[in-house]
Amino acid sequence: MKEVLVISGKGGTGKTSITAAVAELFDNILLADCDVDAPDLHMLLKPRIIETDIFMGGKFPIIDRDLCIKCGTCREVCGFGAISEDIVVDPLACEGCAVCSWNCPQEAITMIQKEAGRRYYSEVGPGHMVHALLKPGEENSGKLVAEVKKKANAIGEEKSYKLLITDGPPGIGCPVIASLSGVDLAVVVTEPTKSGIHDMERVLATAKHFKTPVKVVINKADLNEENTQALREGLAEKDIEVMAEVPYSRKFTEALREAKTIVEYAPESEESRAVRKIAEAIGEFAGIGLKEKG
Amino acid sequence: MKKIAIASGKGGTGKTTLSLMLSQLLSKDKKVRLLDSDVENPDCHLLLDVVEQKSREINVFKPLIDLEKCTFCGKCQEVCEFNCLLVMPKDVMYFKELCHPCRGCLLVCPEGAISEGERKVGYLHTGKINENFYFDYAIMDVGEARANPLIEELKEGIVGDEDYVIIDAPPGANCPMVEAVRDSDYTVLVTEPTPFGLYDLKIAVGVLGELGLKCGIVINRSEEDDGIIEDYAESAGLEIIAKIPFSREFASLYSKGIIEENFFPGLADDLLEFFS
Ligand code: SF4
Ligand code: SF4
Repeated sequence: MKEVLVISGKGGTGKTSITAAVAELFDNILLADCDVDAPDLHMLLKPRIIETDIFMGGKFPIIDRDLCIKCGTCREVCGFGAISEDIVVDPLACEGCAVCSWNCPQEAITMIQKEAGRRYYSEVGPGHMVHALLKPGEENSGKLVAEVKKKANAIGEEKSYKLLITDGPPGIGCPVIASLSGVDLAVVVTEPTKSGIHDMERVLATAKHFKTPVKVVINKADLNEENTQALREGLAEKDIEVMAEVPYSRKFTEALREAKTIVEYAPESEESRAVRKIAEAIGEFAGIGLKEKG
Repeated sequence: MKKIAIASGKGGTGKTTLSLMLSQLLSKDKKVRLLDSDVENPDCHLLLDVVEQKSREINVFKPLIDLEKCTFCGKCQEVCEFNCLLVMPKDVMYFKELCHPCRGCLLVCPEGAISEGERKVGYLHTGKINENFYFDYAIMDVGEARANPLIEELKEGIVGDEDYVIIDAPPGANCPMVEAVRDSDYTVLVTEPTPFGLYDLKIAVGVLGELGLKCGIVINRSEEDDGIIEDYAESAGLEIIAKIPFSREFASLYSKGIIEENFFPGLADDLLEFFS
């Protein structure tokens, strides 16, 4: 199975709208949503959940008040200033390292694990999908991403899928690094704005760091012709292929408002043609064809 | 001093646009410090003319392991909750991306073979736009996983004599976003009137609720019908502070790096009235 990851660095470049529309053009693929703290793909692909798993997050110290003598050792050893003078743990500052627990002379601190999110395995129009939702404010998004990928790979094997398309998280930090593991091709969706270009450079550098091959989609390409031209030239110099240019249009937003993908909402539009081009390239990469029009 | 964080569950909703507009407006007669805490992808500096900029490295702890003293007992590997250390018969491997850095390994080593080391995770840049408008940002090195140490360092630059500190928070609703907003007096959630916007807004409101923080909403790319956000705001008892209309012209100016705080008549007044 080939895994294609769609990322953008900057949010709001239209990554998820494009991913969902590309998916809609296939009828036998696997999908994964690795944006676990704000997953959006399910809103366009409307999954029917087959299986739910509880995701246990990092650990958290529970202090036994009967054993605690308030000696302050835990407070001293905690590297994150998470324990107050009266020995109360601030859940936001605590990183779950357990250093307090094994340094406590009274053995008053036990580390427990809490539910930090859920992982889902579902049926969708184009095939199957693995997605997840991290509880608000939880850490460990990288770990949940790894869980999503593990499940996707298992399903891919079991059902002999040839293509896995993954919607990636924003940024370049831990969830993105976790998303990149084992990916055969990263598709970077960018836009011709100063910040879009800057963020694309950072995400390209991150992919390069982890030795993942990349291709680029320029969304909103006609928003600033000068920047788009600079993008084309810069990418050509780096020998990175531009898969497609998608025009700036409100059709994506209009489609979104009806919870539809662009290829359902306006199948004959220029936008849909650009999406089709991306899907064809991805299909070719994985050695599968698009679904019959109808 | 008032600390205002600008956040959003979803990326690309216009956090940076609003942070800059608000900073430009408030700094006309008040002292403002803008912190770009989206350290994975900071963008504010691309849209500002920063003068007198100073830069320095941001470092975090890393265990320095003296293989002469090490007996390869494996205690450090055992206590490390993040699996960063792999003790082999004649060597110890360290996976820096996983390290949180809790110093547990240093505390536990019975041979005193681990000492305080440092490694660079990014840069801190501090500067100003004019006498009233200070601006700092941090940028994380490519390949690094954890944004929080950079955000903490960035916040340490708050002097205390500012009238307003504006924090442009990272997108999403996980640890870096929490770190950015957790001690703010008020958080503005920027959203857009689409189902994605609403879904991610609800997640962000949930996080702020857990933190016990006050928040309000700004609708970006507002259209004639913003009902999808307005209905939710009403039911959740949240105030809609202002609306930034959908405008191709504004988007095109933004693509060139221009944010004109008076582009939309009325918006500046709404913002100033709310935050003054
Ligand atoms: S688990 Fe680690 S971070 Fe949390 S309170 Fe204990 S020592 Fe501090
Ligand atoms: S500092 Fe903590 S997280 Fe880092 S290697 Fe040592 S024990 Fe592990």
